[in-house]
Amino acid sequence: MASYTIPHAPGFVANDAPRIVTERFDDPASFTLERYLATGGYDGLRAALERPPDEVHSEVRDATLLGRGGAGFPAGVKWGFCPPGVWPRYLVVNGDESEPGTYKDRLLMELDPHQLIEGCLIACYAVGLSQCFLYIRGEMALAQERVAQALNEAYEAGWVGRNICGTDFSVDIVLHSGAGAYVVGEETALIESLEGNRGMPRLKPPYFPAAIGLYGLPTIVNNVETLSNLPWIMRNGAEAFTAIGTSTSPGTRMIAVSGHVQRPGVYEITNGTTTFRDLIYGEDYCRGPHPGRELKAFVPGGGSAPWFTPAQLDLPFEASEVGPQGSMLGSGAVMVMDDTTDIPAAALTLTKFYAHESCGKCVPCREGATWLERVLRRVCGGTGTPRDLGVLLEVGASISPGDFPHAAVPERGLEAKPFPYQMTTICFVGPSAFAPVHSALTLFPEEFEARVAANAHLDADLSGDPVSEVPVSV
Amino acid sequence: MSFFTEENRALAGEIIGRYPKRRSAMIPLLHVAQGQAGWVTPEAMTEIADLVDTTPAEVLGTCSFYEMFKREPVGKYLVNICVTMSCALAGAVELMEHAEERLGVRAGGTTPDGMFTLASAECQAACTEAPCLQVNYRYRYRVDTEGFDRLIDDLASGSLDGEIPQHGITARVRQHIPEDRAVGAVPPDEVNEAPVWLAASAPNGAGSS
Repeated sequence: MASYTIPHAPGFVANDAPRIVTERFDDPASFTLERYLATGGYDGLRAALERPPDEVHSEVRDATLLGRGGAGFPAGVKWGFCPPGVWPRYLVVNGDESEPGTYKDRLLMELDPHQLIEGCLIACYAVGLSQCFLYIRGEMALAQERVAQALNEAYEAGWVGRNICGTDFSVDIVLHSGAGAYVVGEETALIESLEGNRGMPRLKPPYFPAAIGLYGLPTIVNNVETLSNLPWIMRNGAEAFTAIGTSTSPGTRMIAVSGHVQRPGVYEITNGTTTFRDLIYGEDYCRGPHPGRELKAFVPGGGSAPWFTPAQLDLPFEASEVGPQGSMLGSGAVMVMDDTTDIPAAALTLTKFYAHESCGKCVPCREGATWLERVLRRVCGGTGTPRDLGVLLEVGASISPGDFPHAAVPERGLEAKPFPYQMTTICFVGPSAFAPVHSALTLFPEEFEARVAANAHLDADLSGDPVSEVPVSV
Repeated sequence: MSFFTEENRALAGEIIGRYPKRRSAMIPLLHVAQGQAGWVTPEAMTEIADLVDTTPAEVLGTCSFYEMFKREPVGKYLVNICVTMSCALAGAVELMEHAEERLGVRAGGTTPDGMFTLASAECQAACTEAPCLQVNYRYRYRVDTEGFDRLIDDLASGSLDGEIPQHGITARVRQHIPEDRAVGAVPPDEVNEAPVWLAASAPNGAGSS
């Protein structure tokens, strides 16, 4: 007999911080229309429909709702980038959550799909978006089922579709399942995929989705968590939202903390003020590494983010503080490594991911990520040479020239290099492949040197440039 | 001769009707095809090309980009073990080694009885519950070697048939837009003005600026 129970909210841990997007998560029926309506559901939409669209847009702009997908751009400002007079406009919801360590949009879709639907409707009303495509990652079967069920209920009850709430506001929301491709989380690749193509990013400029998006028309691409904040903002107002957190990073954020901590989990934290130390060591949060172990390093913002060490623990979740210190907040994923971690091997798990997921459009990423993986694999496997460490940096520099961002290393006199980086590729997958390698090599060079020291004599055989000495006859 | 069953043909029509351009239905239709046969057959791709007004080569181009679409038969159960960082830190490599031994195939292989295909997968968004895996995209959290063996036993005995459909079927609940509620998809070149609710509040159609 099968004896396995799927938990209602896997990984989610409630705490005392204000809850905006997870307030219904404790309820085992959180995903039903009945429970949603009994807990203020669709009140935000009703409040929005009583005001002119422009005013709703202003309210969201005033809330400084930063995009929760990775780039952190204010949603209200993004909405304003649609060129006037060009119709129709579309909304594309980015539910293709795949960044290593990231784990929040899935819970929002599984546990509170109506909140997301309501958020989509508010965005469509405010900006005049006439159709919404809700793109859910292909591997998330339960999220697709819950959102489909919620949409079916919402259509039947008149919350979605023609003449919503008896007004002249009409919009269809179409559920669209992906089929497994990390790069499709990049907004222009998402649009390509939605057009039925291989999910390869488009060059920006000119293809900024707000101007030239789906079918070449103005398209707003917003993340699931971003949109899930809108019902609360419409119910409580921008002022109440900005009262939480800081003025530059207001509200809350969902953060998944995984790896070597006592209580890994998905937490809704207060934006801007909560620090990495609160999150990793706090009694309400992860309660630190396992007994007898020490924190060695952590990834602060998803697999693509340069790594931090305990020296950066007191930084808050505030982009303007984390950027200058050499990393990014990204998509809300912290991965913790304790002192038992094999650093080169940990970097390899991420670089392998990017090499696998490179879409192949840009040569530096397609070739570079693959070479990074192969050379790193050799180093981890014990057959690498000291020269290989230089090769890793050289390959990385062909993807991302110039100073690559990294944290300060005071004991070696290294100052932090600020985020972001330069890139020779269209999208961020290329530099992301290099980020773990560069961080690991910069923060823990001795672990790499120890792996290759025994093979130093092999490098000597490669001195000179024998290829150029081969006589060529034409 | 049609690849799609009558029921799936009707479903395909319904799906295509939701998009302003037919080609947008390509990935959803590939899912329907995989749900019907367990993998995406050449016949299915040819028929999808007809349905969305493109060529079979274009369908193959899209199909081959996406990990989930299998262009050859796989086992009834596709067991995807996550090996990305958080799971690797929690013992995913050891779990994979155990799985290979238990099933007698390497990652990527299918058991001779056609029951199981084992694969290493990338981050599945369950990082706090590491190591995790998916069977036909249904999660199993914090899987140890004993838990893995129990899971395989349960799958083989059929006791999980109600919970885990055969490979190809992901979501078992589908969206259905009732006709009397649908706004309907309009080809983009047939729209050149602001939607009514926006036009009513900003007569010049400038909309939100």
